[in-house]
Amino acid sequence: MNAVKQIPGLRVSPEFWRGMYDSLPVLLGVIPFGITYGVVGLAVGLTPGETLLMSLLVFAGAAQFICTSMIGLGIVDFSLIVFTTLLINLRHLLMGASLTPFVGGLPLRRQALLAFGMADETYAVTMDHIQKSGYNESYQLGSNSAGYAIWSLSTLAGIFLGRYIPDPLAWGLDFAMPATFLAMLIPRLANRISVIVCLVAAVVAVLSALYLPGKWYIIIACIGGSLIGGLLEGDEQNAA
Amino acid sequence: MRLEMLGIIVGMAVVTFLTRFGAQALFRQIGLPAWFDRWLKHVPTGILTALIVPPLLLPRGTLDLTMGNDYLLAGLLAALIAYQFRNTALTMVLGLTTVVLLRWLAV
Repeated sequence: MNAVKQIPGLRVSPEFWRGMYDSLPVLLGVIPFGITYGVVGLAVGLTPGETLLMSLLVFAGAAQFICTSMIGLGIVDFSLIVFTTLLINLRHLLMGASLTPFVGGLPLRRQALLAFGMADETYAVTMDHIQKSGYNESYQLGSNSAGYAIWSLSTLAGIFLGRYIPDPLAWGLDFAMPATFLAMLIPRLANRISVIVCLVAAVVAVLSALYLPGKWYIIIACIGGSLIGGLLEGDEQNAA
Repeated sequence: MRLEMLGIIVGMAVVTFLTRFGAQALFRQIGLPAWFDRWLKHVPTGILTALIVPPLLLPRGTLDLTMGNDYLLAGLLAALIAYQFRNTALTMVLGLTTVVLLRWLAV
């Protein structure tokens, strides 16, 4: 325990609580998914321990949903499930890369710990904070911790209370995610290039969501939009 | 806990961590090229857009641009609120209230 306390910069700071607090609005939308995952896990024949362990170790909603569905279909094949998980989570590579300028200087273990807790929601909250007040390690750790706690606790709720709860995804709580992300996106559209990035990503996202399976639309739309942003910026720098 | 399932879960955990940390681990070794940095700057905008737009326009997997699409109506309102007040919690609460109200009114 002493070793943990002696890691500088990891003491609980006000920024840690701030990161937790700022994450609550978007994480409200995670609760119905966590509950539903808990219910689905048991329904496909996982034990309560296996269902919870997956949330604790993998901590990636979309991958957990799709892989438990595969298990439900009788596809209990290590390489197939692990490969599917890899494909679903490829978007993390881009998100992780875009955090590099801020976390690249941290000691390896702390950087790895922060990477473990990076999900769509905690990434968005952290990036929003960076844009407003700059990067803070404790803040990101706080956001990640809140995401991890809510995902684990709502999985537990699904496992033990699921049969008493009517379909959580019908409540409308899932709208907390796009609503919160809208509030984070709009301040970013302050210049021409960002607006173009957003429009390109929107069109590509809709087209690929229509015609491609699973979550491919996220990574394709993000690559399309951000690549064009980078190219336009390069042009402007060359012209200047 | 079955050994086979434990193996699958650990395998999923390892590759998921690799996607989260892999790019950063690589850049620790080779540094971040400038052109790549210009690209990565726009990743948050791209990711946010990709996470927002399909749930609003395709709530059931097909394009739904009608007044019957609660998520689209609430999304437009949330965008206005976000633009006007620049407040994440307020946008979430009012947007969520709109969805719940529209759903109740429709029932």
